[in-house]
Amino acid sequence: MTAATTAPVRDQDDDRTPPSGDPFDQDRLPTPPGATGVLLRSLLSPLRGRVLVTALLLLLQQAAVQAGPLLVAYAIDRAVPAFRDDDNGPLIAVAVGYLLCAGAAGALQYGFVTASARVSQDVLLDLRGRIFRHAQALSVDFHERYTSGRLISRSTTDVESLRELLEEGLQELVMVILSAVYISALLLWLDLGLGAVAVASFVPLYLLVRSYQRRAGRVYRKRSTAIAAVIVKFVETMNGIRPVRAFRREAANDADFAVLNRRHERTNGDALLEMARYVVGSRVTANTTVALIVLWGAYRVAEGSLELGVLAAAVLYLRRLYDPIDRLGMFLNSYQSAAASLEKIAGLLAQTPSVPEPSAPRELPARRTGLPGREVVFDDVRFAYRTGGEVLPRFGLTLPAGQTVAVVGSTGAGKSTLAKLLARFYDPTDGRVLLDGVDLRDLAGRALRREVVMVTQEAFLFSGTVAENISIGRPDATREEIEQAAKEIGAHDFIAALPDGYDTDVRKRGGRISAGQRQLVSFARALLADPAVLILDEATSSLDVPGERAVQRAMATVLKGRTAVVIAHRLSTVEIADRVLVMEHGRIVEDGSPAELIAGTGRFADLHRAWRDSLA
Amino acid sequence: MSTTPSPPESRSTVRTLLRLWPFVRPVRARLFTAAFIAIVASCIGLVIPLVLKWMVDGPIADRDPAGVWLGALYLLLLGLAEALLFGLRRWLVARPLSHVEAEMRAALYRHLQRLPVAFHDRWPSGQLLSRATTDLMLLRMFLAFPLTFLLVNGVTILVGVIIMLVQDWTLGLVILVPAVPVLVTCVVFEKRYSGAARLAQDQVGDLTTVVEESVLGIRIVKGFGRHRSQARAFRELSGKLRGTELHKARLLATILGVIVTLPELAIGAALVLGAVRVADGSLSAGTLVAFLSTALALRWPVDSIGFLLAMSQEAATATERYFEVMDAEPESPAAAGSRAAGTTQAGAAAPDSPAAAGSRAAGAARVGAAAPRSAERRIHPPADTSTSTTEGLRFENVSFRYPDAPSDSPPVLDRVDLHIRPGESLALVGATGSGKTTLTALVPRLHEVTSGRITLDGTDITEMSREELRSRVAVAFEEPTLFSASVGENVLMGGGSGAADLERALAVAQADFAHALPRGVDTQVGEQGLSLSGGQRQRLALARAVVGRPDFLVLDDPLSALDVHTEAAVEAALRRVLADTTALIVAHRPSTVLLADRVALLSGGRITAVGTHHELLRDNPEYAHLMSGAPAGEQEDER
Repeated sequence: MTAATTAPVRDQDDDRTPPSGDPFDQDRLPTPPGATGVLLRSLLSPLRGRVLVTALLLLLQQAAVQAGPLLVAYAIDRAVPAFRDDDNGPLIAVAVGYLLCAGAAGALQYGFVTASARVSQDVLLDLRGRIFRHAQALSVDFHERYTSGRLISRSTTDVESLRELLEEGLQELVMVILSAVYISALLLWLDLGLGAVAVASFVPLYLLVRSYQRRAGRVYRKRSTAIAAVIVKFVETMNGIRPVRAFRREAANDADFAVLNRRHERTNGDALLEMARYVVGSRVTANTTVALIVLWGAYRVAEGSLELGVLAAAVLYLRRLYDPIDRLGMFLNSYQSAAASLEKIAGLLAQTPSVPEPSAPRELPARRTGLPGREVVFDDVRFAYRTGGEVLPRFGLTLPAGQTVAVVGSTGAGKSTLAKLLARFYDPTDGRVLLDGVDLRDLAGRALRREVVMVTQEAFLFSGTVAENISIGRPDATREEIEQAAKEIGAHDFIAALPDGYDTDVRKRGGRISAGQRQLVSFARALLADPAVLILDEATSSLDVPGERAVQRAMATVLKGRTAVVIAHRLSTVEIADRVLVMEHGRIVEDGSPAELIAGTGRFADLHRAWRDSLA
Repeated sequence: MSTTPSPPESRSTVRTLLRLWPFVRPVRARLFTAAFIAIVASCIGLVIPLVLKWMVDGPIADRDPAGVWLGALYLLLLGLAEALLFGLRRWLVARPLSHVEAEMRAALYRHLQRLPVAFHDRWPSGQLLSRATTDLMLLRMFLAFPLTFLLVNGVTILVGVIIMLVQDWTLGLVILVPAVPVLVTCVVFEKRYSGAARLAQDQVGDLTTVVEESVLGIRIVKGFGRHRSQARAFRELSGKLRGTELHKARLLATILGVIVTLPELAIGAALVLGAVRVADGSLSAGTLVAFLSTALALRWPVDSIGFLLAMSQEAATATERYFEVMDAEPESPAAAGSRAAGTTQAGAAAPDSPAAAGSRAAGAARVGAAAPRSAERRIHPPADTSTSTTEGLRFENVSFRYPDAPSDSPPVLDRVDLHIRPGESLALVGATGSGKTTLTALVPRLHEVTSGRITLDGTDITEMSREELRSRVAVAFEEPTLFSASVGENVLMGGGSGAADLERALAVAQADFAHALPRGVDTQVGEQGLSLSGGQRQRLALARAVVGRPDFLVLDDPLSALDVHTEAAVEAALRRVLADTTALIVAHRPSTVLLADRVALLSGGRITAVGTHHELLRDNPEYAHLMSGAPAGEQEDER
């Protein structure tokens, strides 16, 4: 348990500037000023019409609701005396008026709730979609730095807090403002003096709201960061449950999680306390104003300069004026928390893909040779990370159409970077990567993916059936084609032996399908995609030798004539290559046919000898 | 046994919510005090109209300025008291409620970490995550508002109604008329809303899963240019969620409409009736004013019932979802109690899952019948077995079938017998999907054997605590997972202490690259840190396995992601470690096999051959096929 106590959870205190200066470390992406507002506006503007209808419904609903005390005043001051004089008219008017108002209030309430739900659900649908699409559009290098837990928290808890704002908060706000306007107007109309006192009370209330907003804003930003940290830890643990168990990390994880959880608990409590402070302030202001108005009003009724009914109505209205103030707090609550979340979402959406889609995509020329493959040229390419650190110094390389090229070299030699440049997961820092003479940057994403497919070592399976997983390669493929691809790659037998064959649900990331089998499924996927250029990045690492042979057979037959780049650790893979590149420290140090290199005295010859020995 | 996501049990809302009690218990004093304070504060609000009545009928009618001052003073004091009490209520519950939420989350996390691996295979982590976040937030909000205010508003309404009845019982009765239809609507609504709420929450979980997968599988999505189909799947799910949410909104709108209209109608009726009686002179104007302001003061408590009930309903489904996971049985904490005392295999069924235990017992009975001699030996292990055969790692008649697999399906492992002598290393070879990884998972008890047993130095692994077992057995998984911690911490998770052990382990795994990282071995890796290549992660995972100098080492294809150079170097270093460690190594290639002293071939769930690499290469066509890719000749019967 020694490691348990020493494994610290990094402290992410929001108020301090990150020492490393890397915004990714701190879950704080640079957000352009005003981006949050722009985002909110862009979400709402397509729904402008419906927002207006919703607001109108609320306007009418409030009018119907607020008519009550007015009718009370009318009943006391006019209808009662009239009734005494045997005039039933005013009283009947009151009855009818109340009936209509009540009915209208109910019906409008129904209309408003459903209409506002539609608006908020549409906004959420839009926002969820935007986050999702944007996250998908962002480049691989972004995903390598922005953790999956954070992305998940953006599209779950952060969207959730916007939902609360839209469903409860916004409605409260509009209601508060509307009733404040209505009631102030009615009060001023009933009696200018009393109304003026009520309106004057808005000044301290406004100041109160302002200060609450400032203070709570800070707390909510911290809280949003805190919950994201909790989520990251949670996701990491659940996805790594096997090593967690095997290395008895449970207690240590509990301790780490407790720290994060407590930080969230603290910020949560802080937020609730800010709210308590606000509630006291607003209530004190409201109740004091009510006492003042009653004092003055009663005085004037006693003097005879004010009618009793007017005072009664004023007092009834006052209670309604201040009742929603708590709810204003609730709105501010959800507003603050949503603002903090929206800021993070806006920060995410403001990230531009480092591998952007071309504005004017070019078409690939018809294939030059009779082969299904295409020519690949690395034209004076250099690659360095944005943070500095050169991975591939300037180089040129031409892979003729139909050639199978094996790339070998030690870890960190730059093999994967080379592959990622070709798959356009990255763009080169300098120079161009050309496919049949067309710069990859000028190709539309779809066209590129049809031509170039990369199979990586991590054979991830999506939830769904095995067949669905294979058909990712070509979504319109028929079942026969899917099975054909699986047969060609040697995956058919194991798939057929699964409980439901091709319709077996792979469940959580292929829990029951072994790593080797998953790699076979990813190969079937690639085979089905039928690309012009196939990149295999250590894609056979978990296969046994026969499995690897099956893949090689498939490449020699089904994929014959395609251009292929094979990054492999095992020299058995290299045997099928037309050409071998040996890389070291980002440079290509040997280049030739396998036979040439084996016959020579270079590194490859050494490697090959060692490998043959192991088979003896 | 729970499956994902299991259908909601038909349990009443109240009974479901009562399950929260153990978590709420520690803060009950504060919660109850707060509720009491809220009731007092609400009742103060109800006294205010009475003061008004007193003013209207007394000082105002009598034109008594002093009385007016007094009345206003009363109002001010009551107002201040109400404000402070409401603030006090919030202050009282702020910390405790956050604490309850945090405790529930910690309990969930703790529990999930200890649930069988098989549980995690079934449950997408998105569903688990949505329980840990959204559902728990809902519960905190429930404890903060609906729980208190259903009570407070209930009492407020009751007191208000009594006040109104006392003021004037006929008008009071008129106000009470809508109570029955409102209650009926609430009950009907509750049932229907409950279903919709549950559906919505499950759909959120599904959506979370899609998000998670699309992020974790980003390279595939990108590699095949499948953003669109992913986005379509996402859109479909979020569209479904929108539909459910709109359905919920319509239900809520109905209840709100009813709750707004009916009481308003009653107030209107009371107003007209009251006005007539004031005109008659049978009712004072002050009473009517007070009556109506009481009725209006009750508007919020009545109006809010709709959304309070809705929140309670959502809290109930959240509770249900929470306990679905919490009710799953964790791995038994230590050795199965019965096994320590029991002597026969049949008594050994671990109590962790009834179904699995049942099949295990049945399996044991079958084995017992089929192989009485071996059962006999198991009863008296020390008596008739020499030290040399009990030491080391031993699989005896081990069969395994996944607990959720149909009982008539062929087992993954079928009566496996295997003995790795102390200090010996054995390579396990088999075709893709032959069950090698499953077999290795049985040793640290990530899965439980269905029948048979595994012993470490003669002790059945089910007789030692998992803690002890896992400290003696170190594992390197095929998928090398690193956690968000520094390189050094990740490695030292495997045991060992201090820089010397760390250095030795890094050297064995040829992971010297760690020193070249930006902050050396203190560089953060994992989810929240630097991303390393597959080969680098694999070497760190290997270092983690060897750092604690474990008695037993299980390596699942430990060198698959390494390039040939590094592999050779790791093999040389690993050979020294393996010289005195009992090890089981899953291997795909000759180079890895050569690390081991002997090789076992796993085929069709059974061990079909054991011997040295060269022996098997010569004598066993299947093995030769697996190792060299040469076509397998006639399948021989190895026995």
